[in-house]
Amino acid sequence: MYSRAYKAGVTIPPLLWVTLFLLVPYAILFCYSFWSVSSLQVVLHNWNLQNYAQLFRNPLYLTVLLRSIRIAGAVTLLALLLGYPLAYYLSFHAAKRKDLLYQLVIIPLWASYLVRGYAWKTILGSDGVLNGFLQYLHITHRPVEFFLYSPFAVILTLTHIYTPFTFLPIYASLEHVPRNLVEASHDLGASPFSTFLHVILPLSLPGILAGATFAFVLTLGDFLAPLLVGGPSGIMISNIVVSLFGAAYNWPLGAAISFCMLLLVVTLLFVTERLEKRFTIS
Amino acid sequence: MSGAFQSSRSPLLTTYALLVYAFLYFPIAVLVVYSFNGSGVGGFPPSAWTLDWYRQLFADSALWDAVLTSAIVAAVAVGISLGLGLPAALALDRAQFPGKALFRRLVLLPLILPGIITGLSLQMLFVGVGMKLSLFTVILGHGTALISVATTEIFAGLQKMDRAQEEASLDLGANHWKTFWRITFPNLQVSLIAAALLIFTLSLDEIAVTFFLFGRDNTLPLEIWSRLRRGITPEINAISTLILLFSIGTILFWYRLRTRAQATGEVQAATALLPSTLEGESS
Repeated sequence: MYSRAYKAGVTIPPLLWVTLFLLVPYAILFCYSFWSVSSLQVVLHNWNLQNYAQLFRNPLYLTVLLRSIRIAGAVTLLALLLGYPLAYYLSFHAAKRKDLLYQLVIIPLWASYLVRGYAWKTILGSDGVLNGFLQYLHITHRPVEFFLYSPFAVILTLTHIYTPFTFLPIYASLEHVPRNLVEASHDLGASPFSTFLHVILPLSLPGILAGATFAFVLTLGDFLAPLLVGGPSGIMISNIVVSLFGAAYNWPLGAAISFCMLLLVVTLLFVTERLEKRFTIS
Repeated sequence: MSGAFQSSRSPLLTTYALLVYAFLYFPIAVLVVYSFNGSGVGGFPPSAWTLDWYRQLFADSALWDAVLTSAIVAAVAVGISLGLGLPAALALDRAQFPGKALFRRLVLLPLILPGIITGLSLQMLFVGVGMKLSLFTVILGHGTALISVATTEIFAGLQKMDRAQEEASLDLGANHWKTFWRITFPNLQVSLIAAALLIFTLSLDEIAVTFFLFGRDNTLPLEIWSRLRRGITPEINAISTLILLFSIGTILFWYRLRTRAQATGEVQAATALLPSTLEGESS
């Protein structure tokens, strides 16, 4: 029904744009990751694998990488533990209030990242709200320092930020669970728990996978929360990238780390998509 | 809907859901309360209610410069991302071409890819071709990253559109151009407005991509960021409260538009974020 000219007209401009501003930059990133920096801080175009080798040999990078993966794993787990029951409640128990309750989740989803990160900083700080509260109740007598500037603070802040992201695909998948299957399970005598375990949970796996991917990937790429609430012990892999692109001035090494992250994201998306297809009933 | 299942009460689950909401809103509430606190950002209980921080905020010209900068960036970014997201959504909906799957993945990648990667790879491109980092590079970065949001929003609108109207228009002799302006565009209007609102809000809040692309002028999040490093005052709580109010307003408006545009808006809004959903619907 649409002419060749029409199809070309709608395809070519965005295709050119994303090629120039997304594909080409990723390709440049890829190239840089094989180059190196001279002692005079000049980028040398001598193709080699040193950057990648350094990433896995240098104990500093490896420690931070492993810590980042641990933090990302913890945030993912917590976001699922908070997001899944919430999505389940909305989908199966909220009845008429569903719409309102759904809006109450998307507000924090789209509301400012920086504002929410800042809020946790004011809560957890040594002169913060939490310390003030504990001293007011005479539970503690001096400020507890370890609330802020710790991996714990990063995990708490990022769980808060990414729980709505995790909720969203889970809720969507629960809404797609055919209600007659749930009913059939009940009619055949299965307990609510058994129905959940054998009918609802397997059918919502695509949503769980998508939600977990969101939380994991976004946490791993986060460099602002560690700066805001993490302190030296909460430094993550993306902070290393930022410093390599700034003060440390080693773009090739920074590019190698970034490219590994890009590869991880694309692989995770690919796997999730495959698994989603397998678990989705048509 | 199962009547028996719907009405089954579960106090435990209800309590848990309430606690999750409390967790989501607790920091926001603290932030707003302390923006009126005369005795500083922390401490308990808050005391000496005051509007001083808001007064200070309205007299702070550096902050308002940043607000203006951010508004300009967001407005141009909306133009770029809609201008390219609309044809991209039409292409995904209607055209078949080699590499379409790759194109779809590439357009949508910034939805999930951490901003740091988009930001620094664009920085490498701009620096590589000898461009100076400025507001212009920030705008290009926001515009490019947010094409993903425009495309998902508009694609969802296209899926709900009645194709027969376009067919009739073409059969009756109108050309593609005329059909687009008379039929397609009016049908997509609500989706376009909804997309614009969301993109404007997201651009206003964006910091990860901006971090790598800005020159001399600070956007609002960058201005706040640089102040956070110098120490915190309730003035930041006050501006944060205003930002939140603005976001909440536009988000609710966006949601209403979206629900009106689509019969099953609720789930649509939820699933539009998933790249795989887009594929499922297009195939």
